[in-house]
Amino acid sequence: MERPAWAPRSIDISVPSVSRIYDFYLGGSHNFEVDREAARKAMEFMPGLPKIMQANRALMRRAVRFAADEGISQFLDIGSGIPTFGNVHEVAQTVRPGARVVYVDHDPVAVAHSQAVLDGNTDADVVAADLLKPQDILSSPQVERLIDLNRPVALLLVAILHFVEDADDPYGAVAELSDALAPGSLLVLTHASYEGIPLPAERAGGAVDVYKDIRNPLIMRSREEIARFFEGYDMVEPGLVPMPRWRPETAPEDEDPYAFSGFAGVGRTA
Amino acid sequence: MSAEPDGPEDRLRRFATIWSRAVFPVTSTSSTRPEFEEQLLPLARRLSEALRARAFDQEEARAVGAALVGAHCTDPEALSRTLDCVDAYLVLYCGQGGDPEHLRARSARLQHAMAAGFAQALRERTLAEQEAIAQAALKAQGVVAQALHASEARFRAVFEGAAIGIGIADLDGNILQVNGALTRMFGMSDQQLRGRNAMEWTHPDDAPQTWRLYEELVRGEREHYHVEKAFYRPDGTVLWTNLTVSLLRDADGTPRYQLALMEDTTERRLLNLRLRYEATHDALTGLPNRSFFFERLEKALAAGPGQRFGLCYLDLDGFKTVNDSLGHAAGDRLLVEVADRLQACATAPGEMVARLGGDEFVALTTGPDTAHQVDELAGRIMNALLAPISIDGRELTVRGSIGIVEGPAGERSPAEVLRSADITMYRAKSAGGNRFELADPEADARVITRHGLTTALPAALERGEFFIEYQPLVRLGDGTVRGAEALVRWLHPQHGVLGPDRFIPLAEHTGLIVPLGRWVLEQSVRQAREWRERHGGPDAAGPLRINVNLSPCQLNHPGLVQDTVDILERTGVAPDALCLEVTESALIGADDDLLKPLRRLADMGVDIALDDFGTGYSNLANLRRLPVSVLKLDRSFTQSMQRFPADPVDLKIVEGIVALAHSLDLAVTVEGVETGAQAEQLRILGCDTAQGWYYARPGPPERLHQLALVDATG
Repeated sequence: MERPAWAPRSIDISVPSVSRIYDFYLGGSHNFEVDREAARKAMEFMPGLPKIMQANRALMRRAVRFAADEGISQFLDIGSGIPTFGNVHEVAQTVRPGARVVYVDHDPVAVAHSQAVLDGNTDADVVAADLLKPQDILSSPQVERLIDLNRPVALLLVAILHFVEDADDPYGAVAELSDALAPGSLLVLTHASYEGIPLPAERAGGAVDVYKDIRNPLIMRSREEIARFFEGYDMVEPGLVPMPRWRPETAPEDEDPYAFSGFAGVGRTA
Repeated sequence: MSAEPDGPEDRLRRFATIWSRAVFPVTSTSSTRPEFEEQLLPLARRLSEALRARAFDQEEARAVGAALVGAHCTDPEALSRTLDCVDAYLVLYCGQGGDPEHLRARSARLQHAMAAGFAQALRERTLAEQEAIAQAALKAQGVVAQALHASEARFRAVFEGAAIGIGIADLDGNILQVNGALTRMFGMSDQQLRGRNAMEWTHPDDAPQTWRLYEELVRGEREHYHVEKAFYRPDGTVLWTNLTVSLLRDADGTPRYQLALMEDTTERRLLNLRLRYEATHDALTGLPNRSFFFERLEKALAAGPGQRFGLCYLDLDGFKTVNDSLGHAAGDRLLVEVADRLQACATAPGEMVARLGGDEFVALTTGPDTAHQVDELAGRIMNALLAPISIDGRELTVRGSIGIVEGPAGERSPAEVLRSADITMYRAKSAGGNRFELADPEADARVITRHGLTTALPAALERGEFFIEYQPLVRLGDGTVRGAEALVRWLHPQHGVLGPDRFIPLAEHTGLIVPLGRWVLEQSVRQAREWRERHGGPDAAGPLRINVNLSPCQLNHPGLVQDTVDILERTGVAPDALCLEVTESALIGADDDLLKPLRRLADMGVDIALDDFGTGYSNLANLRRLPVSVLKLDRSFTQSMQRFPADPVDLKIVEGIVALAHSLDLAVTVEGVETGAQAEQLRILGCDTAQGWYYARPGPPERLHQLALVDATG
């Protein structure tokens, strides 16, 4: 009788989706006109938005490599969106062949596309589930098949928590996930913030409003609020910093100013 | 890769560096710029070679253009910057030793081909990605649709298979959809139901709030409500339901439909009514039972000012005889017939008939004018019983006694009213039955006292509340005291001294007479011994005797002889000092079995006196076979001798009786002697002993010899 938790009442591709907007920012064509229209509208306020997405992708790449170098071979990427290029499994499996990756998203189109992309990859899979229901994720067959929760896991919450309002208790969800992780696990997290955006806040607010209009409100949090997600974690050097400053491989000064919007950090469970 | 400074390799790398620096800012790659440069280096090499190749190879340049798209340079700006870069630096860094004019032309052609290759690759990638995302959307749609379909199918199954009735109506009440259970509950087809409007379904038993709740729900002010509601089925029968109605809103929260869930509670309700009926009705006659009647009576007695009640308490006369002679089945049929007739007597509003149990029925009437009504009701009941009842071919005449209580509400409790009715009914019964009597507070009080005395008797015996008075028996010949009759008294804590007529019948009734009688016998015999020790030696005028009354119940008691013997032996009193008085009526029709104990006592030497002789049917012939030695003549024979001259007929009768007694060797004792003249007359007539107030009233044992010898009547 009950509708599967993840399944929306219907797929309405006339409604913009944040994963397809993200794909558009990254130069992809896995999107529809409604997505592009919303993206272009947001870019009217913040032309450098694609640079922020790109910085997120680059940060994730560095963090995955870092995790792999640390010996971690299991990755749980929640809010994975539309796989385009430089995906976690590509990066991880390059460094550590056989590394196992489970993607999680609640956008059925993103999930369907992920399934197509991952077809034939026995070490990676995708789960249709909601971040706010950690048990649905942790007890999914995909996680049970690919991830051994008794060993360290890299949990990736890249550019997702800023889509969860406080009322939905994102801190609780993160804590519940963290509780399931074995010691030595890593939490990789990026989050949008007014801090670091090379624009007056009211202008950036225009872009935020666009997300509100498409019923995917973007919750800008302060550095302090973002740091609270790492409660119980030991921060990996250099701590919670603008993305280009997290273990850069090239001079941060060369990065686009927009790349410094928001924060990134990696924490390790004790 | 080692490169000789400013050698071709070094120059190629420098070109790649310039290229990567120009394009990197507009790419979407997640690689770093140096990594990106590493991706561009082989492309630069292919361009360099194509530049210097003898024949122009368009495909190489196209492939490089396409490879840019593969390196995620999908922004047209990346192509523009690439072409700028190639145009400015390719010949410069990679064209050593060639004809500058030729190289420049070749470079231009390479750029055209690169642009075409880029455009084609971008177009293909775009189409492929559009295709992929469309596929993904389609697949997701499919999955969702499938899930919805599955859930819809499950919902359908639940909807159709549910045991409870489910119906959906719009906010105007139009029934849109119903399930099978609902159609079965209403006994209507799906189509019939769907044509109806929920608001048509009013029922007289609807609770006051039912339709208010409905209105609130359809106005969107209430999410759901729960009521018990009745519906008429098309065949006129009533369907009772537990009804839950919920408001259904659409995604925007606008009220759209109402969903009704109903559980058929008709059976349960009937069962409840049935259970209630069984708990409140008599199984045999179907009349309301005692508890139901009490409920109604309580209500009637609690009614407001000006309200009165009238109660008829009916007990059939001689019903026990019917039961005993015709059997219980016949008795039951009789009761059913009586119940039916009574039922027909009390049909007005406020009237009811109930069976309290056995053959006891009550009829109740209420209202402002019950004084009149209850009389009529009693009359109707008596009339209803007039016609004989035919049971097993016999015509049985049924009579009843009715006690009526009537009065204002609010004064008495149901138990008090019922007791008064019961007492009054008994009064009607003891007045001969087949009549009704109206309750009378004084009569009630007497009976209530009687009832109280009966229940207090056993404890009274234990607490020693009884005592004995003695009335002297005087020899008429010489006027000496010959003995005394023992008369038991009860010193009641509230009522004072009570005579035997007040409590002996009660003791008879409850069987307490046996221990009480034994106690009296023992006390009296002890007293007799005491007198003998004090007053008389063997030389005195004969031994003092003690007369003790025996009740019919004691006569029948198997321990009579043994008890008497034991008492005599214990006290050391000779049997001939004891006289047991038995009433004539107790011995009427007595057979040998009953007489045997008396005979044994008589054989031992105990005198047996026939008490109250002459009051009943005195069978003189019978006297011969009775083991009696004394006749006690009732006072009625001697009353006329209190004055002088006495009635000559009475004189003749007494004379005859005395003669007869003496001829049978019986002594004659006369009771109720109140004057000296009387005593003298009786002496002349030949009576042996006398007792009465002329000599002494009953008194304490020590006054035995204080004779008054004063006329008690004047």
